[in-house]
Amino acid sequence: MSKRVVIDPITRIEGHLRIEVEVDDNNVITNAWSSSTLWRGIEVILKGRTPMDVGLIVQRICGVCTYSHYRCGTEAVENALGLAIPLNAKLLRSLMQTSLYMHDHIVHFYHLHGLDWVDVVSALSADPAKAAEVALKYTDNPIAAGEGDLRAVQERVKEFVETGKLGPFANAYWGNGTYKFSPEQNLIALSHYLKALEVQRVAAEMLAIFGGKQPHPQSLVVGGVTSVRDMLSPARLQEWKQKHATVTDFIERAYQADIVMAAEAFGTENSVLGGVNVKNFLATNDFALANGEDLFSQGVIMNGDLASVSDINPELIAEDVTHAWYNADTPQHPYEGTTIPNYTGFVERDTVYGKLPTLDGDGKYSWVKSPRYKGEPVEVGPLSCLLVNYARGNQVVVDAVNGLLARTGLPVEALFTTLGRTAARMLQTVIVAKEGLRTFDSLLTNIVTDESTYVQPHIDPSKEYVGHAMIEAPRGMLSHWVRIKNGVIENYQAVVPTTWNAGPKDANGKIGPYEASLIGLKLEDPTKPLEVIRIIHSFDPCMACSVHVMDFKGQELSEFRVSPNGQ
Amino acid sequence: MDTHSALYEQGKARLAALRQLAPRQQVPLVDKLLQHGITRRDFMKWSAMVSATLALPLPFSQLVAEAAEVADRVPLIWLHMAECTGCSESLVRADTPNLDSLIFDHVSLEYHETLMAAAGWQAEENLEHALETYKGRYLLAVEGAIPTANNGSFLTVGCKGRTGLATVKEAAAGAAAIISVGTCASFGGVQAAYPNPTGAKGVHEVVDKPVINLGGCPPSEKNIVGTLMYFIMFGKLPALDMYNRPKWAYGARVHDNCERRGRFDSGEFVETFGDQGAKDGYCLYKVGCKGPYTYNNCPTERFNHHTSWPVLAGHGCMGCSEPNFWDNMADFEAPLGRQLLHGLDSTADTVGAVILGATVVGIGAHAVASIFAKPLEE
Repeated sequence: MSKRVVIDPITRIEGHLRIEVEVDDNNVITNAWSSSTLWRGIEVILKGRTPMDVGLIVQRICGVCTYSHYRCGTEAVENALGLAIPLNAKLLRSLMQTSLYMHDHIVHFYHLHGLDWVDVVSALSADPAKAAEVALKYTDNPIAAGEGDLRAVQERVKEFVETGKLGPFANAYWGNGTYKFSPEQNLIALSHYLKALEVQRVAAEMLAIFGGKQPHPQSLVVGGVTSVRDMLSPARLQEWKQKHATVTDFIERAYQADIVMAAEAFGTENSVLGGVNVKNFLATNDFALANGEDLFSQGVIMNGDLASVSDINPELIAEDVTHAWYNADTPQHPYEGTTIPNYTGFVERDTVYGKLPTLDGDGKYSWVKSPRYKGEPVEVGPLSCLLVNYARGNQVVVDAVNGLLARTGLPVEALFTTLGRTAARMLQTVIVAKEGLRTFDSLLTNIVTDESTYVQPHIDPSKEYVGHAMIEAPRGMLSHWVRIKNGVIENYQAVVPTTWNAGPKDANGKIGPYEASLIGLKLEDPTKPLEVIRIIHSFDPCMACSVHVMDFKGQELSEFRVSPNGQ
Repeated sequence: MDTHSALYEQGKARLAALRQLAPRQQVPLVDKLLQHGITRRDFMKWSAMVSATLALPLPFSQLVAEAAEVADRVPLIWLHMAECTGCSESLVRADTPNLDSLIFDHVSLEYHETLMAAAGWQAEENLEHALETYKGRYLLAVEGAIPTANNGSFLTVGCKGRTGLATVKEAAAGAAAIISVGTCASFGGVQAAYPNPTGAKGVHEVVDKPVINLGGCPPSEKNIVGTLMYFIMFGKLPALDMYNRPKWAYGARVHDNCERRGRFDSGEFVETFGDQGAKDGYCLYKVGCKGPYTYNNCPTERFNHHTSWPVLAGHGCMGCSEPNFWDNMADFEAPLGRQLLHGLDSTADTVGAVILGATVVGIGAHAVASIFAKPLEE
């Protein structure tokens, strides 16, 4: 008999995510539902405001990849106005993007995803001397993994545990059989968890140098960048480079080493060998290295066929809301979409935890829409970016991917797994950190003869403008779509990475990457679904990003029909 | 000495309270020290030394010793409502104290969805356990606005499908103190901007207890941990302004301490982003700076370990720590002009109006002066 498992909140993510799965008698998942349980309405709020304020408002969609929305919104308006910004502004934006990736991916791996791989309780029984030797297996020069470091970390955490109050580590799935690190490996990773807390502060400072602050930087404007004094200050530039070196050091000596260690330990663990079941991938151009040169290229891969990559056609994107808490008859292109909320609530049923309100999988069950490319669900994210560029023969990416495969002894197929998704994020960080210096050098060369950072935009109120921008956010391809009329926002739409990945099933019954990734997964203990959390975290969910709404001409707010609790 | 004895009494009371708060360590500290070959006498010597370091008289060493023995960890419950997690991200950036010492040494972080290891049913158990066990004693931090339209059903959290509204009300009832972290929890924030489709409200509008508001989108990491530390160190709430923001952080206008204030006074303004004035660090008022209308310590504390703040990066302040700033302060790249906002506290209403009026008059005069100051060929 099938059993229902409810997981809400999915913690260690941005936002509010609920996952439900159905398991058979062997605890194998036969059905899965993904739902965001918060709606904020930011795009309704954008309507009627000046396009100059778009970037500042849309970055509040997300406080994690805050800079991504800031930049994408600003560039959508620039695209609509036909504005070409100065090279310096482009390069500064790219440096900030580099800083964001170096920050965001570290925080994701260690503080959000890390405890799915690392058993903290097991680390307490490790032998620090032995662990220090183990660390040398994965890098010649480990960071925060000498015997003294490891002993200090272990004692600190032990003392903490002995108080009987585990705080943030309480009541987790410690001891689950799908944790595969040895006590020594767990201790190394735990030490890096703490070290990463320090390093991510430095990475955040990198963005703040040209962004004013992080999160929610404040130096992009339609037409360019405002931090011209920081750009012209040799001290500021060097400050960036110094911090870049510190963070890169951690990325290479800890993050990279830990992924190699995880590949070895989890390389035969069934629950991480699946998890990439929608084999369509989408990625876009990003990371300006110099004038007209980008680090990553755009492309679409369908059915896992790396031999044929095609160019993105923005016309082929549409959003379906059959199973989302909105009303619309057909899938809609972002420029023409409507959003009429229609909340239908939960349905009571038996679960492994007793009777609970649950998602109505046959009806509507999420605030996330379902974007489709040519009618097909698509995965976006670092794995998609690397696959598209690997397939296109982007040498930097080919070398990085082949290098990792050689070191771990894993075949190319290992990329199409939960482990592969997590490893791709690390590889992308390594590439971005290293190549980011080319952007830095381009900027140094350019400012000798050109100090411009801004061109003033002009909006003709009698004209109508339409535009969009596509960038690679840390979670994958992000696109913003804008229509400007009478000098103000007529409508606005963001199709974000987590929407692509987390959307509910569509009118044709096709399920998205989150749901598909869980089907067929066997759970050790359905009441403690660590494997589910691990797979979902490998996507780096960001729910606030994914829930958005566009208001459209003539739509009255009073049309919202909401019936709480499924009445 | 009067001050000292008052302080001593306060310290004693605080320690007594802390002893109530958290269970004692399983092995008393003195025994633990003995295991490491440190005698009671050594320990008292250490306490005396610490007291001297703090420039306190010798009797305080007793307090220091006691403080070290108490498991000094305040239960903290942090709830996420309608938000973007920017405030938590800001907390993660904290450096004095940093997040790990905050968690290991100062608070017992009972519930925080972005940081906790447990998930789903087990996470919800942690919350229920903490609300019950530490009733009346925990510190409640809320991040994000509370959707209230349609009975709050625009947000549900947890296996039981409870609304954010219901959870916040329950958690607030048993809290020793409530902190609204960020502009969303304080005043509704971006989702409460016109037309506020979800009926988003600040925490203080849905609970009937005093709430400390930390305006800012996000508040700086200093203002978040500073407020937590205030409660942990002194066991009480700090002095607040009329919007219940701590005066130590929100007592002065951004304009008052701005590094470009001298440029303002000299009538030197950036006219367009990227012009010569922008390169020379002129005042950003004419390109939309809302510093004259905004109360926060951004110019002095900055963000990210003092790295920068928006005005240093060449963008005007957008007024993000003020109520309804998304509506009241837009457009963000155009000057607000002679528009009076709210006074800051009731006694200063008149004074505030006069000051703001004077500021705008001043700006007008500067603007005229700067027009005349332009070279003839322009």
